Amino acid sequence: MGIDLPVIWAVIIGFGLMMYVVMDGFDLGIGILFPFIRDRGDRDTMVNTVAPVWDGNETWLVLGGATLMGVFPLAYSVLLSALYIPIFFMLAGLIWRGVAFEFRFKADEAHRPFWDKAFAWGSYIATFSQGVVLGAFINGFKVTGVSYDGGSFDWLSPFSLFTGVGLIVAYALLGCTWLIMKTEGELQHRLKALAPPVTLVLVATIVIVSVWTPLTHPSIATRWFSFPNIIIFSPVPVLVVVTTWVMMRVLRNETHASPFLLALLLLFLGYTGLAISLWPNIIPPAISIREAAGPPESMGFTLVGALFVIPFILAYTAMSYYVFRGKVRAGEGYH
Amino acid sequence: MFGLTALELARIQFGFTISAHIIFPATTIGLASYLAVLEGLWLWKKDTTYRDLYHFWSHIFAVNFAMGVVSGIVMAYQFGTNWSHYSAFAGTITGPLLSYEVLTAFFLEAGFLGVMLFGWNKVGPGLHFVATIMVAIGTLISATWILASNSWMQTPQGFEILNGRVVPIDWLKVIFNPSFPYRLAHMTVAAYLAVALFVGASGAWHLLKRRDTPAVRTMLSMAMWMVLIVTPVQIAIGDQHGLVDLKYQPAKIAAVEGHWENKPGESLPLILFGWPDMAAETTRYALQVPHLGSIVLTHSWTDQIRGLKDFNPEDRPNSTIVFWTFRVMVGLGFLMLLLGVWGAWARWHNRLYQSKIFLRFAVLMGPTGLIAILAGWLTTEIGRQPWVVYGVMRTKDAVSNHSALELSITLIVFIVMYVAVFGTGIRYMLALVAKGPQPQGEHPPEPEGQGGRPARPLSAVPDRIDPAIDLRGGTRR
Ligand code: HDD
Ligand code: HEM
Ligand code: HEM
Repeated sequence: MGIDLPVIWAVIIGFGLMMYVVMDGFDLGIGILFPFIRDRGDRDTMVNTVAPVWDGNETWLVLGGATLMGVFPLAYSVLLSALYIPIFFMLAGLIWRGVAFEFRFKADEAHRPFWDKAFAWGSYIATFSQGVVLGAFINGFKVTGVSYDGGSFDWLSPFSLFTGVGLIVAYALLGCTWLIMKTEGELQHRLKALAPPVTLVLVATIVIVSVWTPLTHPSIATRWFSFPNIIIFSPVPVLVVVTTWVMMRVLRNETHASPFLLALLLLFLGYTGLAISLWPNIIPPAISIREAAGPPESMGFTLVGALFVIPFILAYTAMSYYVFRGKVRAGEGYH
Repeated sequence: MFGLTALELARIQFGFTISAHIIFPATTIGLASYLAVLEGLWLWKKDTTYRDLYHFWSHIFAVNFAMGVVSGIVMAYQFGTNWSHYSAFAGTITGPLLSYEVLTAFFLEAGFLGVMLFGWNKVGPGLHFVATIMVAIGTLISATWILASNSWMQTPQGFEILNGRVVPIDWLKVIFNPSFPYRLAHMTVAAYLAVALFVGASGAWHLLKRRDTPAVRTMLSMAMWMVLIVTPVQIAIGDQHGLVDLKYQPAKIAAVEGHWENKPGESLPLILFGWPDMAAETTRYALQVPHLGSIVLTHSWTDQIRGLKDFNPEDRPNSTIVFWTFRVMVGLGFLMLLLGVWGAWARWHNRLYQSKIFLRFAVLMGPTGLIAILAGWLTTEIGRQPWVVYGVMRTKDAVSNHSALELSITLIVFIVMYVAVFGTGIRYMLALVAKGPQPQGEHPPEPEGQGGRPARPLSAVPDRIDPAIDLRGGTRR
């Protein structure tokens, strides 16, 4: 047996996607929290906490797009054409937000509110679109032969709208706990008050999605509720409950990293649950990574470059976080 | 929208987003090499003029690079959203090459861009110079990958078709396909020329505003040398490029020349101007020079090339458009030649920095490099029609099944957003250029606070966006 390229690539792309969700998640979350924190100085502090690190995120997004085309061309073509509209809005939101992020530092007083608004709106639109994409992905796609055969609006369903809102909540929690870790004083106090309700709403969202999905997808229900899977997978929901409980306790007095780590854990559990439901399909409900894989010539060729550069990306990312660790105080930081 | 079909709208959308993108990478490529030269000169001659110019242009480079990255994100998705059948069919080749482009670009960012933009006071001069050179080489490698991918679509080879999709069998053949070396050379030189013209124009503009500093003079002088030497090279490469096209894409050349049919035994004239009429199958109002077509295209006195009528109507690219985009490119090329020669002549008479009319001409020529690049690409891409992969897959079979309504809405949003976002970015760059190079000590001021992140190149630039740009040149901040 040689190396199993489709599986290796599924793992790389799955990993990249998770890196993206985690890292862009908390900085999108900061935009999402903008409407709740109105003070100019506070907003500056918030943005300053991510200023040194937010850049790496888009890398995963672009890399994801390009490698997906090279190694799973079928998935790339079906998913992107089926999800054209939400992906379009996601890109639009990300561009607005990314540019607004830079320009709000460079703008004068008169134009700042404009770029602030662009930043918040961009974050909401991008997050909501990503959530919609997620929901539509779980719902699956109509494929005939090698191409998408559904309509332009198949992605639109109550479920996908719900996951859209759900992701806003998830990123808000990530952003909120990140800020608890990176700030102090009055601002931190306000965020700590915000975190428990957001946590509870998020857990409610997770529960609803976990009930809704198996109800509408018998195959997913079988995956989870047949024996022995129900025992093997049971740690996932149990851990969700435990994590939530710890989170609620910790938020009462803790002021450092633990809420953020717990939020990451929650998100990771959700991600795992999703992987369990869908594996090994890359185009739900029926096309597996093997069927969608490109020829080994393409997968192998791309793998060489990826294995060479991805360690650099990781080292670079780790270094950024290390260099800019610690609290950010009002009035200091990037201008 | 305007009665356009979904296919046409998808093409316009792709053309619009890639055209917006290409402006930035082309500038990145040219500026990166220019910066490497400036730094080399500074280290060699120890003349602070070069160092000040380096800092000045590196700020513009930083803003431009950021715009390139942002507009590139969209491109990585457009193949799937707009050309899903193409991606399913040939993503096996385009995808890996594109991945390498992105990986190279990222490698560059993580490795050397940070040192180049933020390391002046932190690392030794030798190491800093190495970083600048690596960034310049990196942009060229990036261009190599993406141009390999585009050239493969123009002159595909090294693959077979299995189960209805392309399987690469020989990557070397895929990458080094027949049109690739010419396209790479032509595009790289185009980027150098475009930046030379832009730098020269900014120098000339400052001189016209009576800001006669050594740095401004150096800018103009270096740029004019570059234009003088490189324009002929570009024209020669373009000529060779055309010969390759004639061999592999004869319909494109016929369309570019507005050439419909041969008369037995007659040499080929060169149509300077005219209006190719696709329906009437003729080029109206043609103003032509006898024999010149044969000379340029076949390098002989009387040989002929195939005319558009030799191809079925459904295999003909739109001659009306490519005829003109090509002439815009070539026309500008000859104007650049004129600029170079005029500059040399003015220099010889010691009037390079004084001749008002020459300086005005140099300012006017500022954007023409970028315009020629766009015109060249439009010729290349529209001339490839009706094929996406020449002779292998037709564009109409490549497009996703979106409705015209959907595409119209997204196109409008793209246009509005791009104008706002990139308009602001370009205004910012122009404001920086208008400020002019400033003498900076041995240690230029650091950007404050936590800036200094390579993937956030904008943080290298201390200036604000908004302060009024006085393009009339009044005050100097
Ligand atoms: C001749 C050069 C050239 C051409 C024709 C293109 N690009 Fe490009 N592109 C570059 C040269 C370049 C560059 C100079 O290498 C950039 C600019 C900034 C950067 O990081 O790399 C870049 C950036 C860039 C990025 C962002 C990479 C990042 O995250 O840093 C993407 C995704 C693309 N490009 C994709 C494309 C696609 C899909 C193209 C055509 C269909 C394309 N580019 C044409
Ligand atoms: C080097 C990378 C490039 C690649 C891989 C590429 C690929 C493509 C593809 C897939 C299409 C869609 C199919 C088609 O309509 O033929 C297209 C069309 C087009 N491209 Fe490019 N292109 C590249 C560079 C450029 C650049 C730099 C420009 C800038 C002007 C450009 C302008 C256009 C236009 C205007 C169209 C629409 C043409 C038409 O459909 O008539 N392309 N290209
Ligand atoms: C004046 C003489 C020139 C000639 C004879 C010439 C010739 C050509 C030809 C035949 C093509 C089409 C290639 C194809 O279809 O694949 C082309 C494309 C192009 N030209 Fe030129 N060109 C000239 C000047 C210029 C100048 C001055 C610039 C820019 C500064 C430029 C930039 C481009 C670009 C960017 C392309 C598209 C990329 C490519 O296909 O290489 N050209 N040129």
